[in-house]
Amino acid sequence: MLTLRLYMLQRITALLMAPLVLGHIGVMIYAVQGGLSAAEILGRTQGSVFWFSFYGLFVLAVSVHAAIGLRTILHEVTGLSGRLLMFFTWGTALGLSVLGMRAILAVTFLTRGVS
Amino acid sequence: MIRPHRRHPLFLAFLLHRTSGILLALFLPVHFWVLSLALTDAAAFDGFIRFTDLAVVKLAEGLLIFLLAVHIFGGLRLMALEWLPWTAMQKQLAAGAIALSCFVSATFFLQVI
Amino acid sequence: MNEPVKTRRVSIWRGEGETGQFETYDVPAYDNQTVLDVVSHIQHYIDPSLSYRFACRVGMCGSCAMMVNGEPRWTCRTHVNKVAGQDVLEIAPLRNLPVIKDLATNMDPFFDKWVKAEAVHHSSASRDEEMMVVLPDDAERKKADAGIECINCAVCYAACDTVAGNADYLGPAALQRAWTLYNDARDAGKQTILEAVSGAGGCHNCHAQGGCSHYCPNELNPMQAIAGLKQATTRAMLKGKL
Repeated sequence: MLTLRLYMLQRITALLMAPLVLGHIGVMIYAVQGGLSAAEILGRTQGSVFWFSFYGLFVLAVSVHAAIGLRTILHEVTGLSGRLLMFFTWGTALGLSVLGMRAILAVTFLTRGVS
Repeated sequence: MIRPHRRHPLFLAFLLHRTSGILLALFLPVHFWVLSLALTDAAAFDGFIRFTDLAVVKLAEGLLIFLLAVHIFGGLRLMALEWLPWTAMQKQLAAGAIALSCFVSATFFLQVI
Repeated sequence: MNEPVKTRRVSIWRGEGETGQFETYDVPAYDNQTVLDVVSHIQHYIDPSLSYRFACRVGMCGSCAMMVNGEPRWTCRTHVNKVAGQDVLEIAPLRNLPVIKDLATNMDPFFDKWVKAEAVHHSSASRDEEMMVVLPDDAERKKADAGIECINCAVCYAACDTVAGNADYLGPAALQRAWTLYNDARDAGKQTILEAVSGAGGCHNCHAQGGCSHYCPNELNPMQAIAGLKQATTRAMLKGKL
């Protein structure tokens, strides 16, 4: 169920995420050295426009990418198509975007109390 | 699921790409929810971060890194297959993507243990 | 070759339409024996009601493809010893196509998709015009030549999981022919082809599992042809032509 447009969206978001994922993995390998702590994570991200943009872009790209990927799998495995498949695609993309943006705001600009 | 006509290397590469994609998509909402605890419940957030000290959780993290790495390197291979001049080395490239993912996730794992 | 022989147990799919079951037969085993020989022996000497399809017996017509021990094969050029060893030989109708009876499938969906993919010649000249000169060394011609030996046997179609999961997917053979024509200097329908392979069942559904290229009996590479279509459609889209 991939038309040329969905295919291009899938590939463009993938290309966009390639450096972001590598960066994310790099940050994780760096961050876990000497153990994780909430204060350490938040100290890095709080108030940072850079990390907000980095992960904001990441969240939007992954929402589109995952929605199209899951849509393809759902169609191939269950045969679901038409309007229901469209609702599923949009629902996944919007749901992941909202949850993701909320998470990013939580660790950048809207953190409530650091322990 | 693995019938005889599905035993060739590139099919297995496909299966790995699809499985890792599904698992990552399932993991994302959980990941986002935990991070948003920083907004709603700072104590719970801190508690969860301490929960990652458990050995089992560290192993799961290593596995997640592997899934992420194998999805991105496998995906880059696919895009190279589609958009760059053709190369006959697809099996070797697929194996290379898996090897690289093992290396990356092992590097991560060695940092947390 | 005619000394008293051992027999081999063969399991053959019998039934009409969607219902059926495997039935076993004991067939004389020879050193040099193709899977099609085995099927023919059963039909000639054991059960004349067995339905199957073949024509040339030399790997040119593309009629005799079947699932042999779970893998799609051209049965006339598949030696039993090579695929079965000492094991049971299991022969079933081609996957991903509706069964008519026993080992004969209805190939209509397969060929209908060739037309849907615009894998048909779009003429650029009439019979009154000079014949176009096509140089064999031309880069485009080489791309067209790569897929030209397709015998329409549907082995790739049976090997493809994307076909199994997505009923609209045009499949490796039709897409490869579309790519061949796209690179044919005599074809006037390049834009038509790109549009035909960009829909809900188009080339972009391919997951590059490579079953097609793995099983193609003529060692063609439909996966590469489909990648070519993806590249051509991507380029056309970036130029605003799709």
